[in-house]
Amino acid sequence: MKQLTAIFEGIGSAVLLTVRAFTMLPAAPRIIRRVVEQSFIGGYTSLPIVSILSFFIGGVLALQAGITMQSIGTKELIGTLVGESLVRELGPVMVAILVAGRVGSAITAELASMNVYNEVDALVTMNIPPERFLVLPRLIAVLLFMPVLTMIGIVVGWIGGAVVCKFVGFINLAPEQYFQSLRQYLTARHMFDGLLKAEIFGFCVVLIACTVGLRTSGGPREVGSSVTRSVVASLITIIVLDFVLTKILA
Amino acid sequence: MKKSTACHERHDRNPVPVDVAGLSKSYGSQTVLTDISLSIKPGEIFVIMGPSGSGKSVLLRQIAGLETPDAGTVRIAGLDPADPDTRDRFALALVFQSGALFNSLSVYDNLALYPLEHRLCPKKEIRDRVMRALQILSLEAAAQKFPSELSGGMKKRVAIARALVMEPQLLLYDEPTSELDPVMSATIGEIIATLKQEFQVTSIVVSHDRDLTFTIADRVAILMQGKLRTTSTPAALREINDPLIADFLNPKIDLKNPRYKQLEVTT
Repeated sequence: MKQLTAIFEGIGSAVLLTVRAFTMLPAAPRIIRRVVEQSFIGGYTSLPIVSILSFFIGGVLALQAGITMQSIGTKELIGTLVGESLVRELGPVMVAILVAGRVGSAITAELASMNVYNEVDALVTMNIPPERFLVLPRLIAVLLFMPVLTMIGIVVGWIGGAVVCKFVGFINLAPEQYFQSLRQYLTARHMFDGLLKAEIFGFCVVLIACTVGLRTSGGPREVGSSVTRSVVASLITIIVLDFVLTKILA
Repeated sequence: MKKSTACHERHDRNPVPVDVAGLSKSYGSQTVLTDISLSIKPGEIFVIMGPSGSGKSVLLRQIAGLETPDAGTVRIAGLDPADPDTRDRFALALVFQSGALFNSLSVYDNLALYPLEHRLCPKKEIRDRVMRALQILSLEAAAQKFPSELSGGMKKRVAIARALVMEPQLLLYDEPTSELDPVMSATIGEIIATLKQEFQVTSIVVSHDRDLTFTIADRVAILMQGKLRTTSTPAALREINDPLIADFLNPKIDLKNPRYKQLEVTT
């Protein structure tokens, strides 16, 4: 019962934080620098790891699909399978999980430390709303970098699949054939659905990270447990939301 | 600090009165403050003293509007400091015990944050204002350093300089001399007294530094176990006939009957 109350308290705080942050939108021009900074920290610096992971996930998908599809004589459709899987499911979910682990945890740790060491109180006494100074730039930044990061992840994943198809002996599928089958079944709607998912996942991850960070009190130990709580809550939210969104968008 | 002419201030520069009436505060089942009433005049240095855990810092947080009392009121120039709608009608600055400097910003950026965020002045004026504050606190050489590169005393001075840039009408200090050596404590005391003289700011200082209190205070309040024991001038406090206050102000080390053993009995 106590845990359930804590969950609802957390959801309520997140909703309130969103409302408060977005009522500060008219002040957006004065936070452009921080939005750019957060986009760099969250998006640009995540690019190498997103690329590496995507490449190998695309490769593994092609490899697994290749074993089965080769035996039933449909290896020409590997491109479709890899392409669709990455666009509609694996791309957004994988990037969101990565953002939760890398960006969300860093945000929670930073805001929790600021709270514990009175920096957030200092902002309040300066009449600088923490929602405007700390939360809004991060929310806007994730909305900007998440689709870009996901799109790059998807494309790199496709390339990973193509490389595997070309160089793994028992598949031996030319890249032209691979990309042709990928293009054949992939629509703009699929792309839109995937990017929409990524956008929603990313927003929720950063919102959870900010909420948990700003609700932290105590000392360094609480900062650590807040980071864990934030990442776990983000991962659960991503998976649950993925199911809900897939059902809605299907 | 002279008011910058090119800056548009959000408030006037007159010192403000502070009134606390019947204030009580609890955290869960623990009562921290009980029925505190204080009236602080504009421009005075008011020191709140008391043993550790007596609720001094909690009282300061209520005055700063960082928390709302369970009962009673706090009014700064007649306005509620916890109300976001009225908060920008007076300038309040709080110097935290830890300094609460923004670790990701340089000293200069810490000081420039308030005028930049509120768009009070053009950048050149902000720079002048920040450099003046740094100069008053003899911190010019530290402008480009980060808080992690500063000593404890410097952090406190930077925190005071950051407060000064706000051109406050009410300046709150939470344990400004804690963790500092006697010389640095005296320096901080001189700074607090100078700021009051030069800028006519109302100052509330939470401290258990007896020397600092008797040197700079216009009036002193003693808090004990969350209750206001007395409010008096430093001179009158020296003569007060209250064994608890006398023991707090002039504790004697008694090895035959040590205090910590009495604490064990009472707790």
